[in-house]
Amino acid sequence: MKTFTLSKLMASAAICAVALTGAANADPHPDAELIIEGELQLTTRAEAPAHLDGVLPGIYSGWLFRTDETRALQMDDFDNPAMLAVEDGEAMWSTADGAAGQSCADCHGDASESMKGVRASMPKVNENGDLWSMEDYVNNCRTTRMEADAWGWNSGDMRNMTSYISMQSRGMPVNVAIDGPAAPFWERGKEMYYTRYGQLELSCANCHEDSWGLMIRADHLSQGQINGFPTYRLKNAGMVSIHNRFRGCIRDTRAESFAMGSQEFRELELYVASRGNGLSVEGVSVRQ
Amino acid sequence: MNSRFISAALASVVAVAAASASAEVKPADVVWEDEIAIPASLTGVPGDPAKGAEVLSSRSLGNCVACHVVSAMPDVAFQGNVGPALDGVGARWSEAELRGIVADAKRAFPESRMPTFYEGDPAAFIRPGDAYTAKAYNPETFSTLLTAQQIEDVVAYLVTLTEY
Ligand code: HEC
Ligand code: HEC
Repeated sequence: MKTFTLSKLMASAAICAVALTGAANADPHPDAELIIEGELQLTTRAEAPAHLDGVLPGIYSGWLFRTDETRALQMDDFDNPAMLAVEDGEAMWSTADGAAGQSCADCHGDASESMKGVRASMPKVNENGDLWSMEDYVNNCRTTRMEADAWGWNSGDMRNMTSYISMQSRGMPVNVAIDGPAAPFWERGKEMYYTRYGQLELSCANCHEDSWGLMIRADHLSQGQINGFPTYRLKNAGMVSIHNRFRGCIRDTRAESFAMGSQEFRELELYVASRGNGLSVEGVSVRQ
Repeated sequence: MNSRFISAALASVVAVAAASASAEVKPADVVWEDEIAIPASLTGVPGDPAKGAEVLSSRSLGNCVACHVVSAMPDVAFQGNVGPALDGVGARWSEAELRGIVADAKRAFPESRMPTFYEGDPAAFIRPGDAYTAKAYNPETFSTLLTAQQIEDVVAYLVTLTEY
């Protein structure tokens, strides 16, 4: 019975494949290059990291799946709407806040030196053995050093600050550690990636590993990489954090999602980041 | 119209409603054949292909076109291609098989990305939510993705798709 049903399906799949050849938008852009201001070339296609051997033929930035217009917005810092968040973050960097009367700059000096490479290695295990995202490090400085209130995970201030910090790694390859103390977190994140959540029973992998390049209604599915985050989403007219994106994708499976800043999402973030090891940090990106 | 006539009419309406409610096969009671086909109607009421087409194309109902191309619906924008085109499914599959695939495609294709449209038990899912709110499901309102009659309507439409 199974072979009989499968052969019928194969027949339809073959027909489907024929119909699809030449379809617009079917795959990542074959040769577009992401060059910022005509100067800085970012890596949007890379060999799959060893842990994805046989799973993906290569890794692709979400940038390659967007329209000509959207891609162009990210190539020009003046047109890139995410730069406003970067500017706000920059202003905040040297503004004192909290009872200790300190600013980020008082401890960290010039962000272009002290924050270079930070985005590329996040999330990572801190000295207490906890897995921390960039937001955790920011809030730790705010509460313990500045004696200021923690920012909400998805607050405007937090998104502006993570945008500014991420920009300091623009062009560097994503390179998160997955071994040693990170290994158990990474394993749990991987398990989440393949879990079929919600009433629609769809995992991250169902959409971003099994179906990338295909259309789900009007959406062109990418590999769901996070090398471009935080990202300016045209649909939201604002910056979207990594955990907010995860929350939305799980919600779309008709599931009870996880909270932004939850341990689960940190672990998922580590695993998803590691699938992009080798792509450039885009600093801040633009997506549909 | 006299009152006796009205009460008689009402009684018969109630009887029909009761009959169709009891005739509706609950997800757990569905009788499968070869793990792909459901030979018996889920409601006993013939499906309406026009309503089925509406379920197929409407975002808030089946939204089947999110994943399937249906060339017979040229006016429906943004048809996806995560699944095979449905052109010709009425020739490839029997009505009973189509009912089975729509109700629970994972019976025949265990790894399928296609959602199960006729399963109303929240325990069958991992972290089932309250529709698209990201919140936990509400036990009072949780239901199958499509009603039994909507599945009959969809099947009635799919059997008409005999051309490739
Ligand atoms: C029902 C399909 C579906 C599922 C399941 C899904 N996503 Fe997505 N995801 C999308 C769509 C559609 C988009 C927008 C188009 C794109 O970039 O792929 C998207 C975008 C993303 C992006 C943004 C990529 C970029 O470059 O801007 C990330 C990151 C992402 N998803 C991660 C995940 C993770 C992690 C999971 C599991 C927790 C997941 N997705 C589950 C459909 C899905
Ligand atoms: C999230 C994606 C998705 C959605 C939504 C979806 N399907 Fe499918 N469907 C698939 C996939 C994938 C297959 C191929 C079977 C497999 O997984 O191997 C399939 C197979 C089928 C088949 C057999 C096709 C053939 O060519 O032989 C039929 C019929 C079908 N679907 C009907 C529907 C109907 C009707 C709906 C809505 C009520 C629907 N599908 C919604 C993904 C989907």
